[in-house]
Amino acid sequence: MFENLTDRLNQALRRVRGQSHLTEKNIQEALREVRLAFLEADVHVGAVKEFIARVRERALGQEVLASLEPGQHAIKVVYEELTRMLGGDALLDPIPAGGLIVTMLCGLQGSGKTTACAKLALKMKNEGRRPLLVAADVYRPAAVEQLKVLGEKVDVPVFSQPQGARPEQIVERAMAFARAEGRDLLILDTAGRLHIDERMMDELVRIRKLASPQRIFLVIDSMVGQDAVRQAEHFNSRLDVSGVILSKLDGDARGGVALSVRHAIGKPIVFASVGEKPADFEAFHPDRMAGRILGMGDVLTLIEKAQAAVDREEALKMQQKLFDQSFTLDDWLSQMQQVKKMGGLSAILKLLPGLGGNLPTDKLPDEREMVRMEAIINSMTKRERSEPHIVQGSRRKRIAAGSGANVSDVDRVIKEFGEMKRMIKAMTAPARERLVKKLRTHDKKALAAMARKGKQQPTSKAMRKMGRMGGLPGFDPRALGQAPESPEAGGADMMEKLREMLKKKN
Amino acid sequence: MLFWKKKKDDEPEAASQPEVEAARPLEEPAPPRKGLLAKLRERLAQTHASLWDRAAALFRGGLKLDDESLEQLEEILLAADVGMMTTQHLVAGLRERARRFRDKDVPADWAMNTLKELILDELQHETSAPALAENPPTIVLVVGVNGVGKTTAIGKLAARYVREGMTVLLIAGDTFRAAAAEQLAIWAERAGCEIHSAQEGADPASVVYDGLAHARRLGAHMVIIDTAGRLHTKTHLMAELSKIRRVIERDSPGAPHETLLVQDASTGQTGLVQARVFTEATQVTGVVLTKLDGTAKGGVTIAIRRELGLPVKWMGVGEKLDDLELFDPEAFAAAIFNSP
Repeated sequence: MFENLTDRLNQALRRVRGQSHLTEKNIQEALREVRLAFLEADVHVGAVKEFIARVRERALGQEVLASLEPGQHAIKVVYEELTRMLGGDALLDPIPAGGLIVTMLCGLQGSGKTTACAKLALKMKNEGRRPLLVAADVYRPAAVEQLKVLGEKVDVPVFSQPQGARPEQIVERAMAFARAEGRDLLILDTAGRLHIDERMMDELVRIRKLASPQRIFLVIDSMVGQDAVRQAEHFNSRLDVSGVILSKLDGDARGGVALSVRHAIGKPIVFASVGEKPADFEAFHPDRMAGRILGMGDVLTLIEKAQAAVDREEALKMQQKLFDQSFTLDDWLSQMQQVKKMGGLSAILKLLPGLGGNLPTDKLPDEREMVRMEAIINSMTKRERSEPHIVQGSRRKRIAAGSGANVSDVDRVIKEFGEMKRMIKAMTAPARERLVKKLRTHDKKALAAMARKGKQQPTSKAMRKMGRMGGLPGFDPRALGQAPESPEAGGADMMEKLREMLKKKN
Repeated sequence: MLFWKKKKDDEPEAASQPEVEAARPLEEPAPPRKGLLAKLRERLAQTHASLWDRAAALFRGGLKLDDESLEQLEEILLAADVGMMTTQHLVAGLRERARRFRDKDVPADWAMNTLKELILDELQHETSAPALAENPPTIVLVVGVNGVGKTTAIGKLAARYVREGMTVLLIAGDTFRAAAAEQLAIWAERAGCEIHSAQEGADPASVVYDGLAHARRLGAHMVIIDTAGRLHTKTHLMAELSKIRRVIERDSPGAPHETLLVQDASTGQTGLVQARVFTEATQVTGVVLTKLDGTAKGGVTIAIRRELGLPVKWMGVGEKLDDLELFDPEAFAAAIFNSP
């Protein structure tokens, strides 16, 4: 999503990386490029000015002079200011526990409100809430229909009223209905409107007064340019919004809106919609996003994705299998499916440190290949999957016919499975322990070294192989994230360190 | 939109039930039509810090074209989403023409008018009239990303052609978004035209194929095809669009006579990428610029025209059925600067 910006920023920062002295001149040049990068990414002119001024001041000030590696330090300054710009310390007020929580979504026509409502409902449902969607957009043709269909898709009830009811009436009735039905979260879909349409704005203000929502989210399309700031200012001045939901972040290589909102209204971006499926909806973390923009990866999001996709028990079992070499084709298949659940290999690779913005798309493994492999494995019997060496002659032919593949494809899958098993063997405990030890002692330095290593782009061959392996051989983010049962692996410890470091913003 | 709403405010009934009003716009007496320029100006007057005001303040008492003032000038254009490349091009043009002033300060009026002229130079081209087929039906394919107002623009286009006495058929090629066909059906009813639709989830190319047959049975003069909004980054969805286009080409040689990319005026620099990718997939012939009644200026249009040669053909300036106008470069450029 931020690929363009990432490229341009890295280009600019290369000027200062490794510099032993920061001068007015080399900072100036880098900052000019940063300015261009931001403006091309649709960051608001005012926000760019503020950012440049702050970075210049900090990069030339005492802070940097006192540090040993001014170049590195300047990058840290950029990272911190980027985090700030993305909303950093702007937080949502906590909601008091108990009672009905009312959340209201507003925004321009076409900003993606209705879709965001459904996605938010799904997310909240998965977090244990009992949401009720309310169709309060009575103007747009078929808006109510759309919400109903979406509600059905995410399996959340939708409250609507026959045509002719006013939005205020709908909201009032919905609140009574929610209380009676034991719902604890109301999500109001309001009509899209132009921010300069005062009469429609008045309606929103009336709904706000009536429902006293604890949360008012403004939905902004991430493809909006400089107008985003005007939208945000206007809605905020009338409604005092709690935060912003960015929609369509998957389509935009720029993301200027994300970098302008905080400057405009001082409110955080809370969620981002990153795909067409209802589950493509993420909490927005400024520090992680800043890391992603600078190509530093986003391991925390990766772990969360893994946690959502992978069953804990399963993961531990898998870890055991990896270590005692009893890993079968069946396990491989389920790993592939987990990778898919996490958004596919390309999504995962983007979150890894050092790969972020530099992912060569042409070198990405072909995800269709994975589908083909799945078909092949699915055509095997249970015994064949656990003892692949028995796949010969007629078995091979049968599998090929059953999966619509060639005999040679079947051979290849089995051969690659064997290769992978060997690789897993090579990656046994001692290697892992060494890595963890290194991290314990040198933490920051080691991490930086890792990031530098990551910069060296994997060869296309290696990456394609990784793809065929159904993901990252022996890589089990779940196990990395939490493996308290096997402290010798040290995964949890390492992640704690990473987490801490990110929290402290380095 | 605003002046129409103001009229409504005089009628308390209408104020409390705008949805009923919106559902029957054709039965209303048409409000006295204002010029497009007037409409736009009225709307743009709402932005507190208009470009023109800012520029006027900058230029007061003449302007020294040094780096600093040029940078400020750049920012004015950038704030209208004109984009870095085009902005630099325009500012360079201004600097070039300002040479005749030598070292003297440049008069404010002259500078503003020159910038406007430079923008007009970029926009005024001969190809912006909407195409009509020699032998009806004229087939228009409408594409764009999500939420730009495709369906609404189609409804307005249909109404316009119906007013001109044409038999119009809309084809609901958006089988993806929930309730998209319903939304189009409502517009068809408002516009007074026919609609061809299939079930949600149907293959859009086959819906279009059947729709074209329907158009022949109907003897339609104008066929407007709606497609699902899609982000230009989704390769498979762009491929689907190419397929729809191929189906149309095979069915009616020479068609589609027009492929319109609908773009929201608030779109930033992604707009240029959008235009490029959609053109690659479906050979876009023109842009429909929507939601110009907001505060956004649609400045990226200049870049699209400049780099891809795509003209804006229509502009949406309100929510009502007849709030779609032929693109008027003069009015557009004037609106960018909100000139008095």
